[in-house]
Amino acid sequence: MSYRLGVDVGGTFTDVLLVEEGSGSTWRAKTASTPADQAVGVLNGIGKVCAEAGIELAEVAQVLHGTTVATNAILEGKGATVGLVTTKGFRQVLQIARSFVPGGLAGWIIWPKPEPLAALENTVEVDERIASDGAVVRELDEADVRAQLEKLRGNGIEALAVSLINSFADPAHERRIAEIAAEVLPGVPISLSSDVLPELREYERTLTTVANGYVQPQVKRYVQSLAGNLADGGVAGELAILRSDGGLSSAGNAIDSPVTLLLSGPAGGVTGAVWVAEQAGYRDLITFDMGGTSTDVGLVQGLTPKIGRETKVGDLVVRSSSVDVRTVGAGGGSIAHVPELTRALRVGPQSAGADPGPAAYGKGGTEPTVTDANVVLGHLPTTLAGGEITLDVEAARAAVGKVAEAMGLDSPEAAAAGIVDIVNENMLGGLRLVSVQQGFDPRDFALVAFGGAGPLHANALGKLTGAWPVIVPPGPGLLCALGDATTSRRDESARTVLRRFGELTGEDLAAILRDLAADAGRRLAEQGLAAADQTVGYQVDVRYHGQGFEIPVDVDPSWLDAPDSVLATLGKRFDAEHDRLFSFLLTVDHEIVNARATVTGPKPDVAPVTLPEGDGDPAGALVQDHRIYVGGEYVPAGVYDRAKLRAGDVVRGPAIVTEMDSTTLVLPGHAATVHAAGSLLITPEA
Amino acid sequence: MARIIETATGTIEKGEVDPVTLDLIENGLRNARYEMDEVLFRTALSPGIREQHDEFPLIADPDGKMVVGQFGLSIPDFLDGFDGTIEEGDVLLTSDPYACGAAISHANDWLVVVPIFHEGRVVGWSAMFGHMSDVGGKTPSSMPTDALTIYEEGVVIPPFTLYKKGELNEDALRIILNQVRKPDWNRADLNGLVAACRTAARRVAEMCDRFGTGTYLSALDALLQRNYDAMKVLLSMVFEEGRTLSFTDYICDDGVGNGPYELKLSLTRTGDKVHLDFTGSSPQAAGPINYYINENLTRMFFGIYMITVADPQILWNDGFYPLVDVTIPDGSYWKPEHPASLNGRNHGIGRVFDLFGGLLGQTNPALLNAAGFSSSPHFMYSGHYSSGERKGEWFQLYSIGFGGIPGRPMGDGPDGHSLWPSFTNIPCEYLESYYPLRIEKWETIADTGGPGLHRGGNGVDVAYIFEEPGTIAIHDDRWLTYPWGVNGGHPGARGTKWIERADGTRSVLPSKCHDVPVRPGDVLHFVTWGGGGWGDPLERDPELVALEVRRGLVTTKGAERYGVCVAEDGTVDAEATETLRDQMRADRPAELPVFDMGPPIEELLARCEEETGLPAPKRPVWV
Repeated sequence: MSYRLGVDVGGTFTDVLLVEEGSGSTWRAKTASTPADQAVGVLNGIGKVCAEAGIELAEVAQVLHGTTVATNAILEGKGATVGLVTTKGFRQVLQIARSFVPGGLAGWIIWPKPEPLAALENTVEVDERIASDGAVVRELDEADVRAQLEKLRGNGIEALAVSLINSFADPAHERRIAEIAAEVLPGVPISLSSDVLPELREYERTLTTVANGYVQPQVKRYVQSLAGNLADGGVAGELAILRSDGGLSSAGNAIDSPVTLLLSGPAGGVTGAVWVAEQAGYRDLITFDMGGTSTDVGLVQGLTPKIGRETKVGDLVVRSSSVDVRTVGAGGGSIAHVPELTRALRVGPQSAGADPGPAAYGKGGTEPTVTDANVVLGHLPTTLAGGEITLDVEAARAAVGKVAEAMGLDSPEAAAAGIVDIVNENMLGGLRLVSVQQGFDPRDFALVAFGGAGPLHANALGKLTGAWPVIVPPGPGLLCALGDATTSRRDESARTVLRRFGELTGEDLAAILRDLAADAGRRLAEQGLAAADQTVGYQVDVRYHGQGFEIPVDVDPSWLDAPDSVLATLGKRFDAEHDRLFSFLLTVDHEIVNARATVTGPKPDVAPVTLPEGDGDPAGALVQDHRIYVGGEYVPAGVYDRAKLRAGDVVRGPAIVTEMDSTTLVLPGHAATVHAAGSLLITPEA
Repeated sequence: MARIIETATGTIEKGEVDPVTLDLIENGLRNARYEMDEVLFRTALSPGIREQHDEFPLIADPDGKMVVGQFGLSIPDFLDGFDGTIEEGDVLLTSDPYACGAAISHANDWLVVVPIFHEGRVVGWSAMFGHMSDVGGKTPSSMPTDALTIYEEGVVIPPFTLYKKGELNEDALRIILNQVRKPDWNRADLNGLVAACRTAARRVAEMCDRFGTGTYLSALDALLQRNYDAMKVLLSMVFEEGRTLSFTDYICDDGVGNGPYELKLSLTRTGDKVHLDFTGSSPQAAGPINYYINENLTRMFFGIYMITVADPQILWNDGFYPLVDVTIPDGSYWKPEHPASLNGRNHGIGRVFDLFGGLLGQTNPALLNAAGFSSSPHFMYSGHYSSGERKGEWFQLYSIGFGGIPGRPMGDGPDGHSLWPSFTNIPCEYLESYYPLRIEKWETIADTGGPGLHRGGNGVDVAYIFEEPGTIAIHDDRWLTYPWGVNGGHPGARGTKWIERADGTRSVLPSKCHDVPVRPGDVLHFVTWGGGGWGDPLERDPELVALEVRRGLVTTKGAERYGVCVAEDGTVDAEATETLRDQMRADRPAELPVFDMGPPIEELLARCEEETGLPAPKRPVWV
């Protein structure tokens, strides 16, 4: 018997999922999260789930974990004090921040500029210079390096980032500075830009390197404490952390490159969505994860999530591979308001947060939120399954009534329907970003909905996008933990090439890619993944010479066996993609900007669960008769307990399906079919 | 006058649109507009658009009124000046400001206009213009600083049909591209503009399908009405009936020895309407700095200031235009007569920000910012590689410089940033990889931001070392007049440019020059100006001043302008600070001026050569 443990730490709950690989049997535990030290909640959950399964901790072979420690450090501004070393003349690279001001024509008037992640008083410059081709223009002045680093002593530096101009072309000066820094600032962890992101563009590389240092101490503390506690608690298996790109990394590697973990949380959701979609028989899907304050959407093709080259957390955008999720700043807690001047209905970006939360939560909130609108419409029944939570309908009606009054609508229901329509439209904007705007037709995809509020809005978004079926997996928290438990080991190596096709041969390219693969493969081998179990994938970023944006193109490993034609094949592939995205081609030479190799371990063999067969009639799960407001009127709608539904049961809309931490709305004219693997599949009825 | 051919007959029923559908369409239009940017950025080749995002999209209603966008291009004026038929599949192109009522303002901007057809009728227009890095003419990048007529400014494309029913007019395009130095760039950028406009057209057609054409068009009317109603309320709230407000700012010179040019704008509200009047501005310039502005653009600038602060999420559009009357004197800086040269109008466009800020801020404290980085100064470098594997190959760089955002009601002005939305600098590593140059220094200059309770942003010093012989060109301003401060804040520092030659000599360059030869090893310092300060600098927290000294953004000496004494270790000397502040308060008038423009023009001119190293320009006069 072999057990894998998936662990997902959310803001409120920590979900732990134990999977017995052979049978696919799962056990689940939900415990309160412990924000002060997340490891405590994780250990509680692990203890609980193992007790339930009747196994010893020592029987757990692997603990797989998606963590938001790095993300939270950035969002809460509680990362390390980072010292930064730059090339002389470039000390203000983060202060100037590419001179970019967001917003429209007068946007600068109201833009609050965020402070640099490494403060300017903690940034020093050293005398040295490397040219863009790697040639040394000025040797590193080591005495100057020592003198500059001395200045940082006494500033309370907890991490050091080194980012020199053109270091992507030659890392020697950065490496030497690291050696000197180890003497001058002993014990301070060092991030080198040539390690973290050996790519052209000094601002992005510096920022990413500083971000790595910024989150590193917290990630290190957390991962080490968790690993230690697991060992002390008797868990024999190793700890692996989910990376932003959906692969797993050893605890040690995670500590070295914490900037690769910034989207560890959402990556768990996407990999979990892939798992449930596959069980339900779908390979192309759009993920829709709607929470309290924001919503993440992503696209998966052929069971492979789209990977983006940028990671965005709050105001911060770093260059690091991650599942390409786009965030819409609206969720269940978003507040609706009506500006006096234009009397338009706006939803968000302000959010009621967890405290006071929506008016319906009865914790003192009075602002109308999306959740309140759902309560007014009856989409969220007041007594949810088990009766654990009750919602204050009158408070919700009063809050939403303010919107009705400001807009001159005749009922809270009309305003509530408007709020839900507007927030759905915001979501649609996000879904379009990952689909239509990338040249994908959403009608070719299924929509997998999760997060606290996703299943409530999913049917409506299916209607807006034409993405069917809408798949609602069982238990939104479980989904991330499931993703953690069902993904594979991965590492990546990358470098800037920056050469036109005419300036290199197929052999050159093959050699570069194979070197990168060897590099990533070696790191995985050190983590115990045998070479025989490694699968290599290659990708290069290509553009027309002179363009500012690249298109990533996958390179089939077999192409490298025919080096004479590899560039031609690559060019054709790029042209096809450019044509698909923008409907035109150019005749100028192609250029390779970056090359990457990704090495992946085998996918764990986890068997799916199977629900008992039902007879198609969900009557046994009906818990109450209810009415909901939809299409301008109240209609009767049954409320069903998801736990009692059987495989093959069909719940016809209008209906509501409730479970412990989620509510699914099935609209009139639609039906939700219970799949044997546990998901609800919502489709329009003919 | 254009004739539009529609195959559909009958009329579209318009009607009431429920408020939620209206907001849905508003959202859809906003998404489509940003998608236009995205398509162009990703496909453009020329650095001006690709890295610096010098482009402006819009979507209009069937009458050509902008319903979303940020630069109200005048489609009605464009159609007036276009003599031909327009049908489904057509794509129109122009670069002639004089033929489209100044919908664009110099020949480097190529404007693409696409009629949006749905079921055989026009349901709107999409349009976008972008700055081409080169359009031919006598100097690389096509912006000769000594041009006296538009004929010296490269190819000027009259409005014509680039695609007829989807078919590209290859011959015309070949003739145009034969005039320019980097045809690949223009072709790619033009393709990007067309692709962006077509994307918008697709999105609009999708909305017509989803909501019904009648509902969609009614929603546009309602969105325009929404701006009208909002503006009507704002106008009566902000401006006193019958009171005339005026403000004057300057362009320092015209590139051929004249200046400074007075830019005067006055505003009077009568009833529901306001009147914007440029009377009192200087006559058109001999040199290429004229900013040919049209009435609608003036309304757009005015409106965006008024409304951005009131409802930042509003879908910005032309709906309020009937509430604003505009007077622009013929033959003035703002309405020069053909064939006046126009290429260097970037200073005028930028200065409009300062002008409106100074005008509207007088009765609207939330809009009263100091003077900021109100231009987009250009730097060009071009030539042929003299050796190596690229020997003989032509290189051509066009880039924009950035400077100090002014002190604002909400806080300090960012250092070395852009006043223009979404502009970004070109990374040093990119420049060094693609051009024969190295950058020795790229930082903001301490003390160049105007002191104030909210400090003005610092200007920037970029030092370029050239590695190949070639020529450079510069378009900048604010080297003579000061970026003014407000509410007791002081002006920021002026900009300056100089070359340190490889042979050790140093020469100051005019703020506008072209075809200046450079040799390997020469170093150009491109120093931009700082933003003005906002509020009384003696009220600024001394600890913050000291922190900025430690950060290198203010010097110890500069801290004294805030009345703050900073000790050698970078901490505040509290006692000395108090004494200094008391002294400074005693030495100044009790009432601080709203505007601090720096010394009067006569004084600036008298001390010009001594302070700037450049001869004083000659003041322009109306004849």
